[in-house]
Amino acid sequence: MEYLIHLAILIGIYVILSESLNLVVGYAGLLSVTHAAFYGIGAYATAICMTSLGVNFFLSLLIGIAVSVLVSVLMGFVLSRFRDDYYALASLGFNVIAFSVFLNWNALTGGAFGIPGIERPNFLGVVFSSPLAFLLLVAICVALVHLFSKFIVDSSFGRALKGIREDEEALRVFGYETHFYKLIIFAIGAGLAALAGSLYASYITYIDPTGFTINESIFILVIIILGGLANLKGSIAGAIVLVLLPELLRFIGMPNEIAAQMRQLIYGAMLVLLMLYRPKGFLGEYRI
Amino acid sequence: MKLILRTKNLVKHFDGVCAIDNLSINIERGTVTSIVGPNGSGKTTLVNILCGLLRPDRGEIELSDVRFHEFRSEEMITFKVTRTFQEVRLFNQMSVLDNILVVLTERSARQSFFEKHGEFHLERAKKILGKVDLWEKRNELAGSLSYGQRKLLEIGRMLAIDAKLVLLDEPFAGLFPEMVKIIVNIVKDLKAHEVTVILIEHDMSLVRELSDHVIVMDSGKLLAEGKPDEVLKRRDVIEAYLGE
Repeated sequence: MEYLIHLAILIGIYVILSESLNLVVGYAGLLSVTHAAFYGIGAYATAICMTSLGVNFFLSLLIGIAVSVLVSVLMGFVLSRFRDDYYALASLGFNVIAFSVFLNWNALTGGAFGIPGIERPNFLGVVFSSPLAFLLLVAICVALVHLFSKFIVDSSFGRALKGIREDEEALRVFGYETHFYKLIIFAIGAGLAALAGSLYASYITYIDPTGFTINESIFILVIIILGGLANLKGSIAGAIVLVLLPELLRFIGMPNEIAAQMRQLIYGAMLVLLMLYRPKGFLGEYRI
Repeated sequence: MKLILRTKNLVKHFDGVCAIDNLSINIERGTVTSIVGPNGSGKTTLVNILCGLLRPDRGEIELSDVRFHEFRSEEMITFKVTRTFQEVRLFNQMSVLDNILVVLTERSARQSFFEKHGEFHLERAKKILGKVDLWEKRNELAGSLSYGQRKLLEIGRMLAIDAKLVLLDEPFAGLFPEMVKIIVNIVKDLKAHEVTVILIEHDMSLVRELSDHVIVMDSGKLLAEGKPDEVLKRRDVIEAYLGE
């Protein structure tokens, strides 16, 4: 049972990551390959606040979100100069920088050794120490993120994001200051990714830089492409499939040592097949 | 004569090629002005400058008595100016209805965040899509429409702006006669409501039917201007078109 709860928690964290990235990539059409950097900023900010400063998890979480949003706004000003492939490359470069900071700023991040001993959340004396209690916390966060994301995509703001994705120049002719829209949705995506990072750090109780590499950004991107761009339910479906896939491989007698590699191989193969036969993913409404 | 738009000595080069060459034109408020000329004469470049998509190298634009060297496309709406594109530029992976609603609803990022379209927006969208005969297609993706329907939707999107000046870049190109009729009626309706129309068009019968004033461009320069019947029979204008 604990194993299933563990998987459900991971799925929840990836649902937050993928829904937040879907806002940026699926709705606004900004091909961001740097989501793991904001995921990492949230995780590290929470871990540092909790372990070094003794700050409560929930306040640490808010600090993590604030730091991530601040960095994303600075980053967004730079990224707003780029479009399409160049945007993807520039954002990827930022993930490289973030990873290098996590890895090399030993005094702050613990370098390659990471930060151990992160406590579980404590809310007015109630500690979310058991897996079930933590799952409840994650479920609440997923529900809030989903409702918030749905609020955005159903609003006029969400429609404008789609317009930017389709033809930014034409939308500007109708009076839209599109760079504000891009900056805001990029910051929202980063803030939500930081929330996922905070939950992850507190759940695993240990973080190191390997969790926030470009591979992780690509993995989140794969989830939303597989599930379907510009569809929040698609993000949920993609997260469930790609988190469960390597776990399912365990039950077909595949050694643990190769399960991770098989995950890479299978989702690579699935992507190729999907792009060939279902380019909009499981539930996608938009094709890159 | 009350002017809505004036350009003075407008110049635009692309890689050393002069697309607009010291162009000075006046557009009278509430009229239909057709800009004609052979391909490559600079008509679309002029429209792109007038709507802020291109920066002129030199010259002045005076719009509703405000003088610019250049302005940003986002500012067009402030002056109630809108346009259609020569190559249709719709939001293809959005529904027909959303293509209209995105123009009708709030543009400010802060306010649009808390706004959902309401009955008022839907009523207006219904009226606009009815005019271009696309209400029945409202839930289809814009990209799935036929070429003619896509052109009509772009016209509809233009109507969603309560514009004072509209720039129509070859709106009739490639359309069936019944679709041409719809757009002709819309242009006449705009004129009846004192909306100024700048029309880029190659079909001279439509130019004659719709225009109060014709501007002929050739190699980025003003070749001739005046009443359609007078201008279009001038020998230099005919030569520019036929290349004699």
